[in-house]
Amino acid sequence: QVQLVVPMAVIFGPGSVPGDLPRSLPFRDVQEMEISVNLRTSVTSRYEMRYRSTTGQEEAALAAATAREADAALHPLQDTTLGSLTMYVVPETSSLLPQGINVYVGRHRSALVRAVGSLAALQARLREVTQLMSFTASSIAAALSDRVPDGQLSPDARRYLKSSLGYEITFSLLNPDPKSHTVDWDIEGAVNCYVKPVLDKLSLVANFSVDSQILYYAVLGVTPRYDKESSSFLLSAHSLPHVINPVEARLGSSAASLYPVLNFLLYVPERSHSPLYIQDKDGAPVSTNAFHSPRWGGIMVYNVEAPASPQASLPLHVDVDMARVMEVFLAQLRLLFGLSREEVPPEFLLEGPGNEGLADWELDHLLWAHTVENIATVSTTLTSLAQLLDKIGNIVIKDDVASEVYWAVASVQSAVTKLSLGHLQAAFQASKEAVTSSERAFFDPSLLHLLYFPDDQKFAIYIPLFLPMAVPILLSLARIVRETRLRKKEPTKMD
Amino acid sequence: GGMAAALLLLLLLLVAAGPGPGRADAGREQRDALREELLLSPLPTGDVAATFQFRTRWDADLQRGSVSHYRLFPKALGRLVAALGVRELHLALTQGFWRTRYWGQPPLQAPAGAELWVWFQPTVTDVDKAWKELSNILSGIFCASLNFIDSTNTVIPTASFKPLGLANGTDHHLLRYAVLPREVVCTENLTPWKKLLPCGSKAGLAVLLKAERLFHSSYHSQAVHIRPVCRDASCLAVSWELRQTLTVVFDFFSSGQGKKDWSLFKMFSRTLTDTCPLASQSKVYVDISPKNKEKELLEVSPPPTSLHEAVVQGDKKTYAVYDLLSPSLFNTSRSLNVQLKWQRPQDSSEMPIPTLHAQRYVGGYGLQTGEICTLIYNTHPYRAFPVILLETVPWYLRLYVHTLTIITKGKENKPSYIHYQPAQDRRRPHLLEMLIQLPANSVTKITIQFERALLKWTEYPPDPNHGFYVGSSVLSALVPSVTAMKDMDVEQSPLFTSLFPSSDGSSYFVRLYTEPLLVNLPTPDFSMPYNVICLTCTVVAVCYGSFYNLLTRTFHVEEPSRGGLAKRLANVIRKFRGVPPL
Repeated sequence: QVQLVVPMAVIFGPGSVPGDLPRSLPFRDVQEMEISVNLRTSVTSRYEMRYRSTTGQEEAALAAATAREADAALHPLQDTTLGSLTMYVVPETSSLLPQGINVYVGRHRSALVRAVGSLAALQARLREVTQLMSFTASSIAAALSDRVPDGQLSPDARRYLKSSLGYEITFSLLNPDPKSHTVDWDIEGAVNCYVKPVLDKLSLVANFSVDSQILYYAVLGVTPRYDKESSSFLLSAHSLPHVINPVEARLGSSAASLYPVLNFLLYVPERSHSPLYIQDKDGAPVSTNAFHSPRWGGIMVYNVEAPASPQASLPLHVDVDMARVMEVFLAQLRLLFGLSREEVPPEFLLEGPGNEGLADWELDHLLWAHTVENIATVSTTLTSLAQLLDKIGNIVIKDDVASEVYWAVASVQSAVTKLSLGHLQAAFQASKEAVTSSERAFFDPSLLHLLYFPDDQKFAIYIPLFLPMAVPILLSLARIVRETRLRKKEPTKMD
Repeated sequence: GGMAAALLLLLLLLVAAGPGPGRADAGREQRDALREELLLSPLPTGDVAATFQFRTRWDADLQRGSVSHYRLFPKALGRLVAALGVRELHLALTQGFWRTRYWGQPPLQAPAGAELWVWFQPTVTDVDKAWKELSNILSGIFCASLNFIDSTNTVIPTASFKPLGLANGTDHHLLRYAVLPREVVCTENLTPWKKLLPCGSKAGLAVLLKAERLFHSSYHSQAVHIRPVCRDASCLAVSWELRQTLTVVFDFFSSGQGKKDWSLFKMFSRTLTDTCPLASQSKVYVDISPKNKEKELLEVSPPPTSLHEAVVQGDKKTYAVYDLLSPSLFNTSRSLNVQLKWQRPQDSSEMPIPTLHAQRYVGGYGLQTGEICTLIYNTHPYRAFPVILLETVPWYLRLYVHTLTIITKGKENKPSYIHYQPAQDRRRPHLLEMLIQLPANSVTKITIQFERALLKWTEYPPDPNHGFYVGSSVLSALVPSVTAMKDMDVEQSPLFTSLFPSSDGSSYFVRLYTEPLLVNLPTPDFSMPYNVICLTCTVVAVCYGSFYNLLTRTFHVEEPSRGGLAKRLANVIRKFRGVPPL
């Protein structure tokens, strides 16, 4: 049974304490919630809240002019361990939060919450914020998507990347028409400028490697439709699934590592097919001209402006505007990691992630989900291993495999314990170790079940012995049956 | 005042030169370049050899720093080189055998099957592990069974394979060499090879690479060579070079109704229509060196862009050059179909015999012992030269080194260097390397006897009666040249002359491979165990049946019954006839 404990502090500013507090500040309270995944699996979440009033420093920080400044000033005063949350309750009339906004989520692990009259209403609001900043029932369900019955999973849940020890990010520039376009992209600069800060932050979650390539004569699998009205070419939403396959053959898998690959393709359409626009389901053009494929990556179409004079000498030199491209790719990257900011209630204001591209609480969000997923993966792996061993009785377990299994079990147990203590980072590390050990044990070449001779085939070999031996036995059995029948009949005849 | 202004200007310049996205690429030069080349050489027998070379040169050091942004250099290979600490990689997949005796010295030869040799960086600590990993990854990239490379077919040659690229140490423990003579090369190996080309097979010379034609040939060899080279003459920085080469030999004499005429279209069923826009050089060379006594050049049509004269492998050769990038070439006609028509029937008697060639076969009879014989010919009229012979023999042929004899002109020839590493059963093969002096105009016969080992029954491959392959032996030699050669700039000279480093003007480097051998090992009857099981089981079952009957049957005296079968039959017939039964 997995219990996720979120340590959190609720700090009341002056004039924001609700009237119906059960006890006087400070006090502790616990709220539990059960997330059931399927009939057998459920995860309990437990919020350990410490209610207290502000200190002098915090009061001074909350007196800032804007929420952003307050957030920055409050940051050094908070508990900065991963997974912990701090909520500052500000008075109902506070001008810190703009009109109509009740919750401001900062860049770090804190939020400003506007006070409401009763404690119950405040708690309801707090619950919403904490779920946004840690995990929701749906994010946990998505992490456990292997165990959720098919129909119940939201389509979003299949989009998120599976938890892994590392990811390889590949940016590919597809130039199907090098005769007309020479395309240059400063990918090195763009990666250093935009992608690297995000990945540095995410390095806690997994190892990332980034590379890029340019592929020439790589075409999409679909011929776009010509639209006379706009004199442009259109790719409709329903044809997008067919776009990737022919390209994928050229992308080249990562031969040197086993990590999943995230592909981001920038497609410069050939001259005879430009400009090219992607249409959504309703037929309206997609503003970013990009789409993503769940657990695979994203594709962006980058149209080259037609030269002013048609006689312009070919090939045309194109310098890709990397800021525009990277904006789209980063948004897709966030989406694939389940960090989209779409489903936020209107009364919430989220601070932009800033240069790092990722807020602290978003990192926590990812860590919660990945820890749960890792624990589930380990238990699945070990269960299948156990099933395999049950099936083949004479399988040989080498010492190193056994020690990996023991270590995996110990690590996963420690991960569960750490989760129930609220130590998110330690739990994540332990779950990662458990995944590594369990996979190493499961994929050990000595455990290949084909190495073991199945018992039923041994019988087949001895059929030449068993069959002739069975014949006299069966014949005599038949005779015994016949004789007993006769013996039963005979007494009736005697009568 | 002036000083301060200069300082300010300097500061401004420094700020402007700072890195920033979108700025840095403004004046960026291309740091990688692609050259492609096709060499067509009519062979003395009437066959035509076509050698494609695609060379990607990248002015970046793959090993230093995290170079991860690829343009022309294929990412898959670049990552491999960087991740596994490869300094030099040579992979060749070959179908067929280059007949040096009849076809002359090849520009690039490879042994039948798959050949892989790799130099690793001195920083690699566990070379064997890296080698294993590398062969597995390459087997995935090229769809070849290179994953069968293991310690039983890997050797560490000490003298035969020197690095072809830039190297500052030649500690041969960083070298691994393996040949899989059984490997069959086909289209599934060609497709990934073509995929590594920047233009794929969509444009440039690669449009000619049509699998159904390429494999309808006497010899097909495709190779990948990766090596570090000097970036410029001063050689202060390293560039990486990837060469993809492909050689095919078409037999026109037999397939073309006795005519030796050929054209690009006849060979590849395609013609050249455009160039690869990424290539900085794209040329077709045709060897038109005179073949007859009158020293007339061969005539090719359309007229070539230029002529190129060079001394290649000791011979003065003349090449017709078609530069696909020259604008005049495609102006006159939309496509280029190089063709050669022989003016008069050729006298095939005048066949130049290459200076160095070799031959190998298995001798002996019976299934216990045998003999490997290698004949090496030096046909140079007055110069002797040394040759390094590398022999790799699988462990299941037990070589007896005391039977090694080297005989030249009836006298024993003592090798000046010999390196022998005996095999270990199921662990490593025999390695025999010798430096042998070949006197002028001589035949050297090298024989060594072996005994065939018995394998365990699970060690036999499928179809063991086909025999077991023994990889080609490798001859490396500096062959004295008849004509003096000039030193050429590598960047300017055609690709087909620049893979092997030329030593000096008087000799040239040749690497030759002999025929692979097919040896029959004593093969057991694999159905025997099952036959034995069947037979014994039947015997046991029969015995068991009779014992069982004896033990379970009760014997009692029976009254004579109604009679036998005959009597009953008779009674049935009598019934039909209406006669009372017996």
